[in-house]
Amino acid sequence: MSRITLSKLAHSYLPNPKGEDDFALKEMDHVWQDGGAYALLGASGCGKTTLLNIISGLVRPSQGRVLFGDQDVTDAATTERNIAQVFQFPVVYDTMTVRQNLAFPLRNRGMDAGYIARRIDQIAAMIGMEAMLDRKALGLTADAKQKISLGRGMVREDVNAILFDEPLTVIDPHMKWELRTQLKSLHREFGHTMIYVTHDQTEALTFADKVVVMYDGRVVQMGTPEELFETPAHTFVGYFIGSPGMNLLDAEVMGAEARLQGATVPLGAAYGPTTGRTQIGIRPEYVTLSDEGLPVTVRRVEDVGRHRIVRAELGGQPLNAILPEGKTLPADGTRVSFASGKVNVYANDWRVAPKGA
Amino acid sequence: MDKTQNNKAWFLVLPVLVLVAFSAVLPLMTVVNYAFNDTFGQNEFFWASLDWFEEMVTSDRLRDALGRQTLFSAIILAIEVPLGIFIALNMPKKGFWASLVLILMALPLLIPFNVVGTIWQIFGRVDIGLLGRALAAMGIDYNYTNDPLDAWFTVIIMDVWHWTSLVALLCYAGLQSIPQAYYQAARIDQATRWSVFRYIELPKMKGVLLIAVLLRFMDSFMIYTEPFVVTGGGPGNSTTFLSIDLAKMATGQFDLGPAAAFSLMYFLVILLISWVFFTVMTNLDREENR
Repeated sequence: MSRITLSKLAHSYLPNPKGEDDFALKEMDHVWQDGGAYALLGASGCGKTTLLNIISGLVRPSQGRVLFGDQDVTDAATTERNIAQVFQFPVVYDTMTVRQNLAFPLRNRGMDAGYIARRIDQIAAMIGMEAMLDRKALGLTADAKQKISLGRGMVREDVNAILFDEPLTVIDPHMKWELRTQLKSLHREFGHTMIYVTHDQTEALTFADKVVVMYDGRVVQMGTPEELFETPAHTFVGYFIGSPGMNLLDAEVMGAEARLQGATVPLGAAYGPTTGRTQIGIRPEYVTLSDEGLPVTVRRVEDVGRHRIVRAELGGQPLNAILPEGKTLPADGTRVSFASGKVNVYANDWRVAPKGA
Repeated sequence: MDKTQNNKAWFLVLPVLVLVAFSAVLPLMTVVNYAFNDTFGQNEFFWASLDWFEEMVTSDRLRDALGRQTLFSAIILAIEVPLGIFIALNMPKKGFWASLVLILMALPLLIPFNVVGTIWQIFGRVDIGLLGRALAAMGIDYNYTNDPLDAWFTVIIMDVWHWTSLVALLCYAGLQSIPQAYYQAARIDQATRWSVFRYIELPKMKGVLLIAVLLRFMDSFMIYTEPFVVTGGGPGNSTTFLSIDLAKMATGQFDLGPAAAFSLMYFLVILLISWVFFTVMTNLDREENR
C-alpha cells in the first residue's frame, strides 16, 4: 500500500495534441493518501476512466509522472504496479468455475494452494456466493458475474490500491446498497487505498471520505462531502452535487452585498472586486419561501416524498427551493430569502473566497 | 412472453420450396431412380433393388477413395485451423494496416476454384512454374505429375493457400468482438499470454471456430475442381478423392447405377455430419444462454 502522487499529469489520445481541447485530461497535480477511500465523480466523458486507467497503468499518460510512494511508476506495466481494478461491465472467465475465477489472480502470482483456498472462502462469503463456487461462470446473471469481478478485485490482500470503474452499474438497486456497504466495511478493515469512479452522487457520497469531482478533463474539487455541499469550488460542483443542484444567479457583487434585479442580498462576508461573469450560488435547501425578500414567480411544485421542490423564477432566472415536509406554500405574493452565510460567489464559474478567509 | 402464432408465414417459404424442388429435389430423384434400377438405354429400367449399394459398399476402389478423402480433410483441418487462429491473433486490430491485411486475406477467397487450380498447376510445373523451377534449382526432386507425395504436397498447399483466410477471417471477427475490458482485466490479474488465449480468446472464438471447422470440413470433403485441374486425380489414383472418383465413374465410365448409389451415400454422410455439427452448436448456444 502506498500514497499515489500524480505530478503534472496530462493525457491526450491524439498523437500530436495542439490546444487544450485535444487533452482528455488537463494538467493536474494530485496526491491520493494511502488508505483513503476516494470517489471520482463526474459526468460521462469527463476523463474519470482515463485517470483510473493511468493509475492502473493500462494507459500511459502523454505528460507527467505517476508515483507510488516515492517510486516513479509512469513506465511500469500494470502487472508491476500490483493494483486491482474492477470494470464497469463484468469480466469473468467463462470456461472457469466461480472458484477458479476468484483464484485466478492469486494462482498467477504463485500463491500456495492452502492460502488460496482460505482466501476464496473469505471472499465468497463477502460477495455471498459460497453456494455457487463450483458452478461454471458461463450462464450466470450479469450481477452474479459482476460480483465475481468484484471478488477478483478484492482477493489480493497486498495490492497498492483497488480501483473501481462504475462497478455497480449492472447490479440491481437492492444488491447495490449491500455491496457498497461491504466495500466500505472492507475498506475500514483492510485499509486499502480505494478509488471509486461513478457518476452517481449518492454512490460517491456514501462510499468515500473524499470526493473528487471532475469536469471536462479537470479535477475541479477534491473534498469531503460536506465541503462539496457547502462550498462548491466550481459552479459544476454546485450543479452536479445535490438534488436539485445549486441555484446560480447572475449578480453584481459589491463588498458584502450582491445586487440582482434591483434588490440587495447580504452575503455574510465581504468580497473584493470580481472580474468576468459574476454569479451567486445558493443551495435550494437554504432558500426559504416567506413574505419578505426577493419576489419570485412559482412555476410548479414537485412532491418527491420527503420534501417538495418549488420550481420558481426570479427575474427570468430559474430558482429552486426546498419546502420541508409540513410547510405550506404561502398563498400570495411569494418571496424568497436566502440563509445568511450560505451564499457563495462565483466569477467565471470558479468560487471567489471572501476577504480575510 | 406469448407470441401470436400465425402459420400463414410458412407460405412465404413456398417460392423457395418450388425453386429447390425443380433445381435440386427432382434431379435428385433421377439419381435415386438410377440407384435402384439398371438400364441399357432407351429409357428402359430394370429393378436392381440394393445391388448397386452392395457393390459400392464392398468396393475397394470406393474404400480407397474414402480413405484418401478422410486423410486429405484431416490434414487440411489440422493445418488450416491452427494456422488460421495464429494469423488472426497476429493481424493488426485497427487502422490502415488492418484494412490492408483484411483485403489481402480476402483475395484468395475471391478467386474461382478452377482458376486457383490453374494457378497452382502452372506454379508447380518444373519447366515453367516458379515453384517447380525454384525447388528444382534448390536441388529438390519435385514433380507433382509423377510423384504421389509431391502431388499430395501440392494439393494440400494449394488448399491451405486458398482457404486458411476463411478460418483466419472468421477467428478475427470473433476476436474483434471481445471487449477491451477483458484484456485489461487479464493484465490486472497478471495472466500470461497463454492464459489470455486459453481463457479469454479461445472461449470467445469457440462459436466461429466451430463454423469454420464445419465449412472447411464440408468443402474439403466435397473438393473436386482444384485437384482435378492440377493433378486430374493422379498420378495413378493417388489424388483421386471421392467426388473426382464419382465423376470418373458417372461421366467417364457411364456406370450410372453404381455412381448414383455412391452419390446417395456420399450425400447422406455429408448430411449426417452437418447434422452432428448443427446439434453440437445449438447445444453450445443453449449452454451459453442458460
